[in-house]
Amino acid sequence: MLNSQLILNQSISSDEWTFVPLPSGNEEVKKQAGKVVLFKLTGESLPTELQIDETTIPQIGKIIVPLSVYLKNRDALQARLKNNEIALWLATHETLDALLVSEKDINVFPLIALFVERFQDGRIFTLGNLLRTRYQFKNTLRAFGDVLQDQLFYLKRSGFDSYLIKAGKDVREALKALQSFSDPYQGAVDIPEPVWKRKVR
Amino acid sequence: MYQYDNIDQTIVNERVAQFRDQTSRYLNGKLTDDEFRPLRLQNGLYIQRHAPMLRIAVPYGLLSSKQLRKLADITDRFDRGYGHFSTRQNLQLNWPKLEETPDILEELSKVEMHAIQTSGNCIRNITTDQFAGVAPDEIIDPRAIAEILRQWSTFHPEFSLLPRKFKIAVSGSLQDRAIVQAHDIGLEFYYDKAQKMAIRVWVGGGLGRTPILGSIIREHLEWEHVLTYCEAIIRVYNLHGRRDNIYKARIKILAKALGIEEFKKQVEAEWHYLKNSPNTINESELKRVAKFFTAMPYENLSDQEPTYDEAIQNNKAFASWVKRSVHLHKQKGYRAITLSLKPHGLAPGDATSAQMRTVAELADLYSFGELRVSHEQNLILADVKLQDIFKVWEKAKAHQLATPNIGLLTDIICCPGGDFCSLANAKSIPIATSIQEAFDNLDYLHDIGELELNISGCMNACGHHHVGHIGVLGVDKDGSEWYQVTIGGKQGNDASLGTVIGPSFAAEEMPGVVRKLIDVYIKHRNPEERFIDTVRRLGVNPFKEHVYA
Repeated sequence: MLNSQLILNQSISSDEWTFVPLPSGNEEVKKQAGKVVLFKLTGESLPTELQIDETTIPQIGKIIVPLSVYLKNRDALQARLKNNEIALWLATHETLDALLVSEKDINVFPLIALFVERFQDGRIFTLGNLLRTRYQFKNTLRAFGDVLQDQLFYLKRSGFDSYLIKAGKDVREALKALQSFSDPYQGAVDIPEPVWKRKVR
Repeated sequence: MYQYDNIDQTIVNERVAQFRDQTSRYLNGKLTDDEFRPLRLQNGLYIQRHAPMLRIAVPYGLLSSKQLRKLADITDRFDRGYGHFSTRQNLQLNWPKLEETPDILEELSKVEMHAIQTSGNCIRNITTDQFAGVAPDEIIDPRAIAEILRQWSTFHPEFSLLPRKFKIAVSGSLQDRAIVQAHDIGLEFYYDKAQKMAIRVWVGGGLGRTPILGSIIREHLEWEHVLTYCEAIIRVYNLHGRRDNIYKARIKILAKALGIEEFKKQVEAEWHYLKNSPNTINESELKRVAKFFTAMPYENLSDQEPTYDEAIQNNKAFASWVKRSVHLHKQKGYRAITLSLKPHGLAPGDATSAQMRTVAELADLYSFGELRVSHEQNLILADVKLQDIFKVWEKAKAHQLATPNIGLLTDIICCPGGDFCSLANAKSIPIATSIQEAFDNLDYLHDIGELELNISGCMNACGHHHVGHIGVLGVDKDGSEWYQVTIGGKQGNDASLGTVIGPSFAAEEMPGVVRKLIDVYIKHRNPEERFIDTVRRLGVNPFKEHVYA
């Protein structure tokens, strides 16, 4: 049996991609009590310049790099991008704006991955939806991080087709969760029409 | 009322199977406490002081007699023979066993019920006016759209893990009875100039730690766009709502931080893409659902019933109950009746299984087999003939369901509080019962007149204390329980938030404090003036001075 935590297109599959993490930041984040800044209401910080600069980019193979690192090294990575070796990952508190400004066609990336730090973080669903519907991303959309079987149905409906199940969790059981509900009510990414337009009720 | 087809039933059945699997993974140690928490919460299951608490959904407060009998059976079989009707029109069980909750859900599914999204950071039960469909001041019956919203929000994939809970209320009457201004989204239905059903959309209201009344984000929304417009609002919230601080995570905080104009701009920008997308409701779906909410097969009756008038003349107890509990109806010869779940000295909103069976029987005999739960935590028979009201009263009275206190001081809205809830800072039920006992004289109670007293055991405000004419909030000071009092709050079209009168009180002082507030009112009131109007006219000071004198 395949020893992998990756589900791709509804089956367990080996992972041909190497994940490139950001080095952990040690900059102290000062929170200003009572001050709220537009669009930064979530309290998380974006990667620092230092983190971006200190990221080690493997020289060969298929790699998933942080969006911020890609943007900084864009020119240097173009040849590998044409070779289908470069994929991106974003955290759920990042917005898609920087990506959309940089790339005319986001389908140059064979894979975009979204990192969910905590199960309870549902921003991943909106980001998946936007990538698929508004920005017409056609290639593999992966969820990774605190990914447990109980989000899979929602992730599938939000446009994801690849799930890296958290280490230690049973990937075979997780696979079953993709079929939790046979006929969902509302239209979403996977089935755009709501049930009342799909069936005679 | 709405009846499930195969699609609805399959979804509920699949949910039972899913939750059974989640519970067994938890009990087998495959899910940690932290991993199980959001899953059980989305099914209404809390871990409480003594036992888990299970919250069962009563969509927009509507129940059939068959469902109520099933609820009675469930409380007997799995709990201690009673349930608690909540301010979100739901039913809570205080003593279920965790390992039996999948069986409870399975029983519920047999009568088209569930506990889906009754808790957790998702779209909660849609609430509305308990007199929907029968109120004389109703412009549009909001229940068809409420049911369409229920289906749309059930397992909505994009909004299944929001920053915080999300509550939607709908109202279609001149007098708002659904507190649309105190909800994350409030939908107010009306007919526009073209005589087309339209919606005024309120956003960013809510009680809790930071009470805020909502703002109008859109004055005119055509009904077919209600789902996509809600999607635009919730999408902006899902992306930008705070997730680092649970107390600042509701949409009201985002709307306030951005300002309603900027918030609206972002919502409209989203809606630009979502408008006319597939979740746009069509005429045939509205028709399909609306046919479940058409008028009951009423008889053609006169609005005068001599036997009823005689009973009022000859029976003082009946007359004083009628005054409080019988409400006008759209249909001649019919009335809506509120059965009080506030007998003096018992936990507000609680009903025993025997009472539930009695109400089910009354509904079958006199009200087309249906009833409603109000957010004031009472039960309503919406369609009773004038000639049957006396019989309803006799039976209700025999089962402690006819305390003539609806809308009066002892019709207290009250959360379960520190006796049951692990979030609470203080007990709330004993405060309610001690006030009820202090005001047990019915003549005096009727003389005081309309007064809403709401009690919450903590900041989360499940007892809606901010909008009580008198509001009581349990607070914790150095490990002991104290009670902060506000006056001047109000629900309805002219909603307002109460003002704190001063330092908090010990539990045993509370009946005396309420008595002093009433004394000031009695002394200064104009003829026919309600407590709330006297507070609005005089301001807080005279009340404050007397209470702290």
